[in-house]
Amino acid sequence: MTVKWILISTPLLLVAGLAVALLLNQKLPGMNGFRTLLYVPAVLSGVAVTVLWLMLLNGEAGAVNQLLRAVGWRNPPNWFEDTFWAMPALAIMSLWGVGGGAVIFLAGLQNIPPHLYEAASIDGAGPVAKFRHITLPMLSPTLFFVVLNLVIDGLLVFGPIFVISGGAYTGGPNDSLLFYMLYLYRKGFLEGQLGYATALAWILTVIGAVLVWLTLKFERRFVFYESDAPA
Amino acid sequence: MSVAQPLERSALSDTRRRRRLPPGRVAHAALVYSLLGLLGLFILLPVGWMLTAALKPDTAPVFTYPPEWFPTRYWNWDTFVRVLTDPDDPYLRYSLNTAFLVLVNVTGAVISNSLIAYAFARLRFRGRNVLFGVLLATMLLPGPVLLIPQFLVFFHLGWFDTYLPLTVPAFLGNAFFIFLLRQYMRTIPRELDEAARIDGASHWAVYRHIILPLCAPALTVVAVFTFLGVWNDFFGPLLYLNDPESYTVAVALATKVSRIGTQWNTLMAANLIAIVPPLLVYFAAQKRLIGGIASVGIRG
Repeated sequence: MTVKWILISTPLLLVAGLAVALLLNQKLPGMNGFRTLLYVPAVLSGVAVTVLWLMLLNGEAGAVNQLLRAVGWRNPPNWFEDTFWAMPALAIMSLWGVGGGAVIFLAGLQNIPPHLYEAASIDGAGPVAKFRHITLPMLSPTLFFVVLNLVIDGLLVFGPIFVISGGAYTGGPNDSLLFYMLYLYRKGFLEGQLGYATALAWILTVIGAVLVWLTLKFERRFVFYESDAPA
Repeated sequence: MSVAQPLERSALSDTRRRRRLPPGRVAHAALVYSLLGLLGLFILLPVGWMLTAALKPDTAPVFTYPPEWFPTRYWNWDTFVRVLTDPDDPYLRYSLNTAFLVLVNVTGAVISNSLIAYAFARLRFRGRNVLFGVLLATMLLPGPVLLIPQFLVFFHLGWFDTYLPLTVPAFLGNAFFIFLLRQYMRTIPRELDEAARIDGASHWAVYRHIILPLCAPALTVVAVFTFLGVWNDFFGPLLYLNDPESYTVAVALATKVSRIGTQWNTLMAANLIAIVPPLLVYFAAQKRLIGGIASVGIRG
């Protein structure tokens, strides 16, 4: 379940975060205001945010499903009460906090020297070419950092699931949200098997280390550092 | 690495704004604004819905068709008063508990991390670099591995169900904050402390009267991060607190939501109580905070 979640959440939040950051990076008035607004969910308590989305995504009468019915979807999903839809619901909830990653991307974007774009314009590059050949390579260290963080965060999700399931005895509907940390908590603190839980923690560490190692390997191939560039 | 860099760019956009925009730019701007407007709605509507629900009286349905995104009909502020003072589930109490934890943690974090960072930035002693390396290595050790040993240590110290496990660690430093502060202190010219040393100032005086005041921006970042971290922390209080009297807002909220028969309007009011303090702090410290996050991001 945790792996599935990481596979869903990492690319989703990565692309969304980058898209939002690109929007915010436009040199137009009022951008600081938008940036402030979009970052708001990232400072809020995870528990409070989860409670709010539990209400909004309520299957019977939640505001989201009201909207879906209004646009003609007769039987909108039951979200957090449905084995299949629980994870997409979680994804929608984390999209709400996309501003957190976007701010880091924004900092990366603003560090790209403008003369690169100017030179490309003179050479006749269009916006797509500029994005592909300047923005992406120059942003790759930031991308790498964000991917690493998203993977680690994905491994460690706990609070939201705990709230959604109303305690660690179940992991969402039919254990469809039984994430690693929740299982660890259940074993260690509800069933009193501290040794077992510690073993789980070590396995998690090894998984984390392997993932970080893989990302680092990936980094060597794809991440471009300006200081390494041939003069 | 300075902490509040990105804001200087607004000066740049000011000069561009005065130039008349060609039609292509106008269409582009319209597109950007409408997309951002939609995103803004996506962020704002849930919060508005929450306020609307909290302001409804017990009798009014929370789930209406069509959904009410902003409060128009009901303004029952007394829901908040009830949630704060309800003898069975007093959020005023929880807020004060959390505020107490926040206060102690922020104090501890500012004092301990700045002292340790001062030592790493300014003192020369044998093994300093090794120690700093060890410190940074602790950042790599994942939290879950520490969780159970830490729990057992605190348990055997007899600290279970007290605030000690949630406050004492703040006074022992945090690798990330030490790193942040050390980097910041290294940007302060050494000539300043050397001048003070010649005038007879002790290390303590240099720290207190030169370094600390100049570190104010970085210390703000430490304080705000600590505030947000402690106020929003769920796992720590969940693990160590047993007595409902000592609950923090986050734990109380999680308990409230799983209780059968919870009134939606009071739940949403409690939710808002959990959300407002971080919001206020965020808006007050917004510029420095985002700058701080950005500089942290670049570090990777």
